[in-house]
Amino acid sequence: MALLEVRDLRVWYPVRAGVLRRVKGYIRAVDGVSFEVESGKTVGLVGESGSGKTTIGRAILKLQRATGGRVVFDGKEILSMGEREFRPMRKRMQMVFQDPFGSLNPRLTIGTTLAEPLEIHFPTMTRRERARRVGELLEMVGLKAEMAARYPHEFSGGQRQRICIARALAPKPDFIVCDEAVSALDVSVQAAVLNLLMDLQEELGVAYLFISHDLAVVESVSDEILVMNGGVIVEAGKPSEIYGFARNEYTRKLLSAVPRI
Amino acid sequence: MSQTPIDPHSPWQQMVARFQKDKIGMLAAGFAGFVLIVAVVVGICSCFGLYFPHDPNQTDLERKLLPPNWVNWLGTDNLGRDVLSRILQGAWISLSVGFIAVSVSLLIGVFVGAVSGWVGGWLDNLLMRIVDAIMCFPSFFLILTVVALVGPNIWNIVVVIGLVSWTGTARLVRAEFLTLREMEFVRAARSIGQRGWVIAFRHVLPNAAAPIFVTAVLGVPDAILAEAGLSYLGFGVQPPQATWGNIITDGKVYILDAWWLILFPGVAIFLTALSFYLLGDALRRAADTRAERK
Repeated sequence: MALLEVRDLRVWYPVRAGVLRRVKGYIRAVDGVSFEVESGKTVGLVGESGSGKTTIGRAILKLQRATGGRVVFDGKEILSMGEREFRPMRKRMQMVFQDPFGSLNPRLTIGTTLAEPLEIHFPTMTRRERARRVGELLEMVGLKAEMAARYPHEFSGGQRQRICIARALAPKPDFIVCDEAVSALDVSVQAAVLNLLMDLQEELGVAYLFISHDLAVVESVSDEILVMNGGVIVEAGKPSEIYGFARNEYTRKLLSAVPRI
Repeated sequence: MSQTPIDPHSPWQQMVARFQKDKIGMLAAGFAGFVLIVAVVVGICSCFGLYFPHDPNQTDLERKLLPPNWVNWLGTDNLGRDVLSRILQGAWISLSVGFIAVSVSLLIGVFVGAVSGWVGGWLDNLLMRIVDAIMCFPSFFLILTVVALVGPNIWNIVVVIGLVSWTGTARLVRAEFLTLREMEFVRAARSIGQRGWVIAFRHVLPNAAAPIFVTAVLGVPDAILAEAGLSYLGFGVQPPQATWGNIITDGKVYILDAWWLILFPGVAIFLTALSFYLLGDALRRAADTRAERK
């Protein structure tokens, strides 16, 4: 059985108009998407801006209300759960966000930021155990344990993204949504962060839903690729299949847009 | 290793650095700080019965309505009380009124604004319509009416001024919360399973601190002026307790004969209010990151 199973997921945004703000129609950001993520594997999700990739990621983690469909995580349907019921499961499903500058609270030290998920999900941990675990997490993502005392503004974009990865790893999740996790970084930094993600997968057996608009990046990390356009999946397959013989017109357009160096 | 240079200074340090370059702001901060220290020193001394240069309530009818002289530097009033002593005493009362009223208005404004911006929906609508309704009243007349009903003692005045002046803060805090709750670090806090109200207090509120601080500073002169206006109309802090407003009220009868009774407290109110306004504006400029590229 797959770790994560998404069936006919729909996220529609109501369009309101007029004085009474009546619903005049819907924008179908995600319109009937189905896929599975196996434990310890990476599924890549590509598509241009506005194709609904990010919305899928948020809907799976219940950061965005889904209009319909089913999301089954480890045998449990989660879309119908209330936040209170779902909270213990957040420990197992984490997210790395797109903007390394916006996703860390500028007023908190890195140590405080990384200790927060520990406080929530391991309430029996003592302060000292938490501090040690924060140090471990920082070292796991290639930073130094002493950096816990610093504030986000003292780090570069690549380092911040590593911190965000450490935060996502803190509750020991089985599944992480990487939403454009390397898009805001330099190409050389991108490679370093991608390698880190792949190493961590090997080490910890975590599964990724890797969302990106960059086909080259997705190809290098994914076991399976989903191509999205206009809220639906237009093509799915192994990276070699997609690259070798893309059947869909949109995928071919997307592929031809990848710059060759 | 990164595409953006690392800024070694925190947003707070940058704000301080920008503020220090602002000459008007530094001047205003200096004067406001001076008034504040004088007021606090006078306040503490008066608790122990120490007054400078004279007892502000000591009447001496043989020395009434004297123009500024070597004994009474700013002259004496119609009861022979020393004007400088009364202005100093008034500084303590007027600034206390200003700061306490602002604290009351901040407490309400931050709470209402935070709830409104964080919870949203019908509650946001309801609270903002209440804010609109309160803002529709001319606030000074509202204060005047309420003080007339509950009686003009210093605590009533402070609380009433605070109670009608929180609406601006509430709107500002709501706007900050609306912006901040869409930030990715708030979404990240939610995704690690943090509770809603902890996110609001730990992640959102501290990031709204700078604009809240600016409105607080700008609220102080408003409250001082409101109290002065009330005192002038006789609904303020009651004599013999001196405030800048009621020194002027006492002196207005003698305006043609004893200019010093009106001029000096008037100047004190003017300069203090001006320095707080300029300080607030300078802090606003310093807190605004966009101004940096000038």
